[in-house]
Amino acid sequence: MNKLNFLSPDKNNLYAYLYSGISLLSLSILIVFLNSFFSLDLTSFLPGTISYFLPLIIGFIGLHLIRIEYSGIKFLDIINKNINTNNFNALLSLLIIFAVIKSLPPLLSWFIIDANFAGDSKDACSGSGACWAYIKTWFNRFMYGMYPNAEQWRINLSFIALAFLGGVGFFATEKFKKYLTLYYVVVYPVIAFLFIFFFISGGPIFFDFSYGIIAAVISIVIGFFIPSKFKMYYFLIIPITIYILLKYVFFYEELIELGKIQAFEWVETGAWGGLSLTFIVSFFCLIFCFPVGLFLSLGRRSDLPIIKYISIGFIEFWRGVPLITVLFMSSVMFPMFLPEDMFIDKLVRVIIAISLFEAAYVAEVIRGGLQALPRGQYDAAKSLGMGYWKMHIFVILPQALKLVIPGIANTFLALVKDTPLIFVVGLLEIVGMLNLAKTNPEWLGFAMEGYVFASIVFFIICYAMSKYSYNLEQKYKTER
Amino acid sequence: MNFKKILPQLLTLVVVIIVFGFFSYNAQVNMENRGITFGYGFLTQESSFDVQFSLIEYDGSHSYFRAYLVGLLNTILVSVIGIIFATIIGVIVGIARLSSNYLIERTAAIYVEFFRNIPLLLQIFFWYFAALRALPLPEKAEPMFGVFFLTIKGFFVPAFVWNNLDIFIYSVIAAIVAIVFVRLYAKKKQENQGIQTPVLLISIGLLIILPLLSFLLGGVDASIQIPVIEQLSKTSFTYKGGLKLPPELISLALALSLYTATFIAECVRAGVQGVSKGQKEAAASIGLTPNQVLKLVVMPQALRIIIPPTTNQYLNLTKNSSLAAAIAYPDLVLVFAGTALMQTGRAIEIVSITMLTYLTLSITISIFMNWYNKKIAIKEK
Repeated sequence: MNKLNFLSPDKNNLYAYLYSGISLLSLSILIVFLNSFFSLDLTSFLPGTISYFLPLIIGFIGLHLIRIEYSGIKFLDIINKNINTNNFNALLSLLIIFAVIKSLPPLLSWFIIDANFAGDSKDACSGSGACWAYIKTWFNRFMYGMYPNAEQWRINLSFIALAFLGGVGFFATEKFKKYLTLYYVVVYPVIAFLFIFFFISGGPIFFDFSYGIIAAVISIVIGFFIPSKFKMYYFLIIPITIYILLKYVFFYEELIELGKIQAFEWVETGAWGGLSLTFIVSFFCLIFCFPVGLFLSLGRRSDLPIIKYISIGFIEFWRGVPLITVLFMSSVMFPMFLPEDMFIDKLVRVIIAISLFEAAYVAEVIRGGLQALPRGQYDAAKSLGMGYWKMHIFVILPQALKLVIPGIANTFLALVKDTPLIFVVGLLEIVGMLNLAKTNPEWLGFAMEGYVFASIVFFIICYAMSKYSYNLEQKYKTER
Repeated sequence: MNFKKILPQLLTLVVVIIVFGFFSYNAQVNMENRGITFGYGFLTQESSFDVQFSLIEYDGSHSYFRAYLVGLLNTILVSVIGIIFATIIGVIVGIARLSSNYLIERTAAIYVEFFRNIPLLLQIFFWYFAALRALPLPEKAEPMFGVFFLTIKGFFVPAFVWNNLDIFIYSVIAAIVAIVFVRLYAKKKQENQGIQTPVLLISIGLLIILPLLSFLLGGVDASIQIPVIEQLSKTSFTYKGGLKLPPELISLALALSLYTATFIAECVRAGVQGVSKGQKEAAASIGLTPNQVLKLVVMPQALRIIIPPTTNQYLNLTKNSSLAAAIAYPDLVLVFAGTALMQTGRAIEIVSITMLTYLTLSITISIFMNWYNKKIAIKEK
C-alpha cells in the first residue's frame, strides 16, 4: 500500500481517492439539495460565511480527489474529461450544478406547484405561483384578437387548408417536382390571398383584382396550346386584352352586381389579432420579400449602371433605418402620398412596409451567395450560349440559393420576431393583445404570466424554424 | 451600348420617376388641401412639451430642434450602454461556447438559443412590465454596498460633483492622443529595429498620470454625492442627490444587451474557430510563448473574422434601440417622431428627418467599417 498524497491523487490508490472524493462531492450536493428543496440547513452550526461556502469547498476538494488521469474506469474518465479538467473548470462546474439545484425549487413552485390552473376570474388566483387561469381565460383573445368568437372557425379552416396546400410539395412525385417552384412562387400566394380575402376577411365574391385573376387563368389555359415559338408574344398581349375585354365589355355591369354579394360576415382588419395575425403578417411578408429581394440582389450585381445604382440606393436605404420608423412612415406619412380618395388598408400597408424592409436584407444575403460562386460558373453557362435569365435560372441561382439557406432562414426568423412591432400602427398581434389584457381592470397584475406564455410560444416557433433550416442546410450541402 | 442594354434601364428609370412624381404630386395636393406648407422652419419654434429624462437642459420653452437633440442623445446613450454590455457578455459567452467543459458549453448554448429566439420587443416588455415592477418601493429598498439603491422608481447611484470638469476632460483627451503617438512610435520601432516597447504599461501610466496632474495642478476637484431618501408626501418617497437611472433606460439597456450578446457570442465563436489549428502549431514551433501566440497570431486573424459581423450587430442594436418608444423611454423616435409629430402634424418632415438621422448613423459606421476591413484584410500578392 502506497502512501496517500491528497495533493496529487494518482492511480495507485485509486479506490481510496475515489471513495473519499465521491463521498465529499455527494455530501456537498446533498447539502445544497436539502437547503434548496426542504430549507434544511445542515451547516448552520458553522459561522455564516463559512457555512455559505462550505458546499463549494467540500465539492471542490471532492472533484480534486477524483481527478485521476487514465483511471481505467470509463465513467470516471468521461466525467474528468468533460467537467473536471483542472481546478478552474471544476469550480465553474460546481457553480453551475449548484445554481441549477438552487433555482429549480422556486421555478417549479412558480410554474406548477403553487400555480392556479382552474377558475375564470382573478379571485381564483390566490397562490404565490403563476396564474394560468388568466392565460386560459384570455387564450381565445391571444390567438384570434378581437375576431368574433362565432366566426373563428373561418381562421382555423383557412390555416388548416393553407397548411395542407403548403405541404403538397412533400408528396409531389418526380413528374410534378419541376412545377413546384412555379406553384410556390405564383399559385400558392394567390390561393393564400384568396383564402384570407374570402374567408378571414369575408370579402365580396367579386372584387377589382378578380378581372386580372380570371384573365390570367384563361390565358394560361390557352397558353398550353400555343406553339412555344409564339409564346412570348402571346403572354405579352393576350392577358391584357382579356383583362380589358372582361372589365369594360363583357361582364361589366353583371360583375359589379356580383361584387355586392358577400358569403361571410365582413370582419375588418382592425379586429384581427393575436397569434393568427402574427402568422398572417409573417406569412405574406415572407412570400413577398423573397422575390423582391431576389430581383434586388440581381439588380445590384447588374452591369447596367442605372439599375445597379437604383438597387444599391433602395437596399441601403431600407437597411439603414429601423423598422419602427418604416412602420411610422407607412402609418402617418404614406397616406399623404396617395390621392385623397384612395385608401389602402392598414394591414396591407404594414405588410408592404415589412416586405420591402426585409427584402433589402434578403437581397444582401443572396448577394453573398452570388459572390461566393466562382466566375467559372458564369463563363461556362455563357459558353453554352445561355442568355442572362437562362444562365441565372438554371445555373447560378440554384447553386447560390443553396449556399445562402442559413442566411435566408435567419432573415425569416428576424421577420417573425419583428412582427410584434406592428403595435405601432395599432394592430395587436399576440404581444399587443397581452399588453391590452394586462390593462384590463379585472385582470391587473398578471404581466409576468402573459409574457412568459408569449415567450414560450415564440421560442417554440423560432426554435423549430432554426432547427428546420439547419436540417435543410445539411440536406443541401454539396461538396465544392 | 446596344438597344438591349439601354431599354431595361430606361424602363426602370421611367417607372421610378413616375412613382416618385405620383407621390410628390399627391403630397403637394394633400398638403394644399390641409393648408400646410412644406418646410423645416418649425424646428426653431417653441416646443411646449416636456421630456422626462434628458442629458441636456430642456423644457417646454426650448425649440423643436433641441427636442430632437434630446432624443438623439438619449438614443446614443442607450446604444453606447447596450454596446458595452453586449460586447462584454457576448465575448464571455462566445468563449464559454468553446470551452471543453461540457456544463459551461451547454449553459452558454442554452443562453444563446433562449435569448435569440424570443422577440426583442417581448424581452423589453418583460423586463419593464414584469421584472422591474417586482422591485421594492424607494422606502423599502435595501442599499447595495451602502450607496446604490435599486427601486421600482429607478436605479439611484452616487454622482460626482465636479469643479473645472473641462480641464479634466482635456487631460483625458491629451492622454488618449499621447497614447496614439506612443503606439505609432512603438510600431515603427518594432518594424525598424525589432525592439518591443511595453505599450500597454505606458498607456495605462499615461491614462493615470495626466488626469492625476489635472487634479493636482489644474484645480480640478471631485466629490461624491450619495443619494439620500426624501419624503415627498405621506406615502411617496424618492431619493435626492446622486444620479437616477430611470427604469425605462435600465430595462431597455438590459434587453438590448442580453439580446445582442447572443449574436456577438456566435460571431466570436465563429471567429476563434475560423483560425486554423496549423497557425497555432506553426507559431508555437517557431518558439513563441502561448501568450505571444494568442496576441500575435490567433487574435489578429480571429478579429479579422469577428469584427465585420460584430459591427453589424452594433448597428442593429442602435436601430433596435428605437423600440424604446414602446416603453416610453424618450429616445429619438418617441420624442421626435412621436410627441413632436403629434404636436406639429408635419408627418413628412419629421419622419424624413428621423429616417435620415438613422441612415446617416449607419452609413457613417459602414463606411468606416469598409475602410477598416480594407486595412486589416490579408494583402495577397
